[in-house]
Amino acid sequence: MRRREFLTLSAASIGGVLVYSLDREVFRFSAQTNQSVHIPLRFFTQSEALIVAAAASRIFPSDETGPGAREAGVPIYIDRQLAGPWGRDRYRYTQGPFEENAPAEFGYQGKATPQQIYREGLKGLKGFNRLKAEEQDDTLKQIEATLFFSLLRQNTIEGMFCDPMHGGNIDMVGWQLIGFPGPRMSNYDDVDKHFGEAFRPKPAGLRQVTRRKVRPGEDLE
Amino acid sequence: MKTLPSVDVVIIGGGWTGLLMAKELGSRTALNVVVLERGGPRRTDDYNDDMDELDYTIRFRMMQDVSQETVTLRHDSSQRALPLRQHGSFLPGSGVGGAGEHWSAVCPRFLPDCFEVLSRTTEKYGSKRLPEDHAIQDWGITYDELEPHYTRADLLLGISGKAGNIRGQQIEGGNVFEGWRSAEYPTPPTKIPYFSSIFAEAAKTLGYHPYPVPAATTSRAYTNPDGISRPGCTYCGYCETFGCMIGAKSQPTNTLLPVIEKHKNVSIRTGAWVRRIVHDAAENKGSARGVIYIDANGQEVFQPAELIFLASWTLNNTRLLLLSGIGKAYNPGTRKGSLGRNLTHQVAFSAVTAFFEKPLNRFMGSGASGIMLSDLDGDLFDHSKLPFLRGGTLGARSARSLPISECGVVPKSVKSTWGSEWKKAALHYYDRTGRIGFSGEHLAYQDNYMDLDPVYKDHFGDPLLRLTLDWRENERKMADYMTTKAMELAREMGAKEVTPFSGLRSYDATRYQSSHVQGGAIMGSSPESSVVNPYLQHWQLSNLFVLGASSFPQNASANPTPTILALTYRTADAIVDRYLKNPAALA
Repeated sequence: MRRREFLTLSAASIGGVLVYSLDREVFRFSAQTNQSVHIPLRFFTQSEALIVAAAASRIFPSDETGPGAREAGVPIYIDRQLAGPWGRDRYRYTQGPFEENAPAEFGYQGKATPQQIYREGLKGLKGFNRLKAEEQDDTLKQIEATLFFSLLRQNTIEGMFCDPMHGGNIDMVGWQLIGFPGPRMSNYDDVDKHFGEAFRPKPAGLRQVTRRKVRPGEDLE
Repeated sequence: MKTLPSVDVVIIGGGWTGLLMAKELGSRTALNVVVLERGGPRRTDDYNDDMDELDYTIRFRMMQDVSQETVTLRHDSSQRALPLRQHGSFLPGSGVGGAGEHWSAVCPRFLPDCFEVLSRTTEKYGSKRLPEDHAIQDWGITYDELEPHYTRADLLLGISGKAGNIRGQQIEGGNVFEGWRSAEYPTPPTKIPYFSSIFAEAAKTLGYHPYPVPAATTSRAYTNPDGISRPGCTYCGYCETFGCMIGAKSQPTNTLLPVIEKHKNVSIRTGAWVRRIVHDAAENKGSARGVIYIDANGQEVFQPAELIFLASWTLNNTRLLLLSGIGKAYNPGTRKGSLGRNLTHQVAFSAVTAFFEKPLNRFMGSGASGIMLSDLDGDLFDHSKLPFLRGGTLGARSARSLPISECGVVPKSVKSTWGSEWKKAALHYYDRTGRIGFSGEHLAYQDNYMDLDPVYKDHFGDPLLRLTLDWRENERKMADYMTTKAMELAREMGAKEVTPFSGLRSYDATRYQSSHVQGGAIMGSSPESSVVNPYLQHWQLSNLFVLGASSFPQNASANPTPTILALTYRTADAIVDRYLKNPAALA
């Protein structure tokens, strides 16, 4: 058993939001500026999680257009994905021989799992979270062409816009940013109306809509 | 190995074709029928809580488990093939219902001349117009022969649409270019969302003949001839890669399974992975004796049977025949052997990504709700001065806007792919982006084929299927031409910025195109050039029938399911009316 690691975030940074406790139950955390939240990590060490949090925040920043990866809980999302079957390459054909330098149109052909790609990639970003924003951007530009960065970018988008049951898109901040309502049982009365005008029903996650405790894929074997 | 008591019929695969055959034989005969499905059981109830883009669209919850078995790919026979290590250009299903559970339910018929591309093209343009390395051949059946069976498929699924040609009478608003149909669609067209409606207007302005996409996400509640009722679509937008939560999208589990379950002579065994079809080795004549499968407990089982249907999707049909040593494997060098030849994959791409000023509300719709046009399909336009043969359809469907997949697509004027500038554009354009899709014919070529891979194996140690596949000039030039036409349409729709398709280069296994992979065990009029006769009966083993799109000699532009169902109905009739009375070659 590895030592239990936590990601500590200041409550102010994530506002009054839903976070996930140790037993994976959702509870609402009321924002108080002097408090912090300790989120148990499943894969990352604390220092890795801080680097991922900082990098994801440069990819999808919190800025004048609204909240970003920090508020959405993207590092929590990525941590869970890496600890789950996807991170262990349960969904990939992993028999050799491996042709690491295959043309792009054959897809990723390497041997390394997402867990290994992250662990290796994060080694190159030591101290990243303590850099200034412009320095962080310069550092990321240097690794833009790597597989690690493309995974990080893709996972950041996933963490922004996934159903909140996966740990990201906390309080549906991502969906609210773009006007996506989440799963709705019926759009029958609206699908052929609102032409040319934004129709923005209040978002709700899958567990709210179905009133069931749906199990996310990362918790399956 | 355990040997079970013999049964009358074994059906390998529990998707559209396998379950339709099971339903027909279960209803019309007293035969003892066993369906072997390697995936798990499924019911409509399973979809009550599947509306999750991450697990279903991004992680492919409903698809074949590629960690156990995938295919390998190379662009030509001089290359070493590589395994497709993750899902990409097509999505094979798994479990009861197969890919028929997670489909979009777009249901056009093939144009009549698709069944006779070789003779019609030669007749009109001369044989010199055909690519030198083509392998195009006529199917051995005609649209007219298939029409009654198409109509049965329409009624089974309750397809929504607007007819454009009823017994030769052209009807405005439908597809005026379609082959004749004996009746109007069973249900009226689906509702048309905003994005599709502006496509329709632009198409009319430019002189095209747009029509509502024929959809098995039915527009209203429908009861089919088997007494199966399904509700109308609610346009929730979770169709492709999902099962329908209310059963409005016709799927094998909501359309066929409830009928099958009423018949005590049909049983479905799940977790039954067929590895071999056992047969009497004979060069020209013989029979299949049964199948060997690994059951859900890992035990090897021999199931003898009198009659066997191979219905396990295009690629697995071909692979199982190759693994079982049934028929002669195709050799592209000598062009001898027919098993594995004529591999095609529909030419499908987003011809233009268009960015609009107004929001489109694209979360509302269904996988099939939308507008398409056939003016540039088949040989409906003159090709004498064009650098390619055949064509396809352009369309604007409305439910492809789930945010992980779609947010982040920005116009070319935005130079970054991450950071503040990109984020701003991504948020702005998320619901202002629409795609005009193209779906076109893929001609058959001598060097596009399937065989067994010499290196890579599945989890049992059996060789993977190897695809040798690439595009040719005909597809590349067709793609360029259609992209130009789509750009004109997008501009007419009022798009602010447009990104055209970047063109077909080498076959790209990472870009989802369609799951319409076809050929390998093709039908035809002679055993030298085909694997099955036009009744889908194996030329050498007369008690073996191979169902599905593996039988298509070449690809049509239309989605294949209605044609697959029509061919299965036709085979079921031939079995019940003729084969059971005299089990012999039907053609």
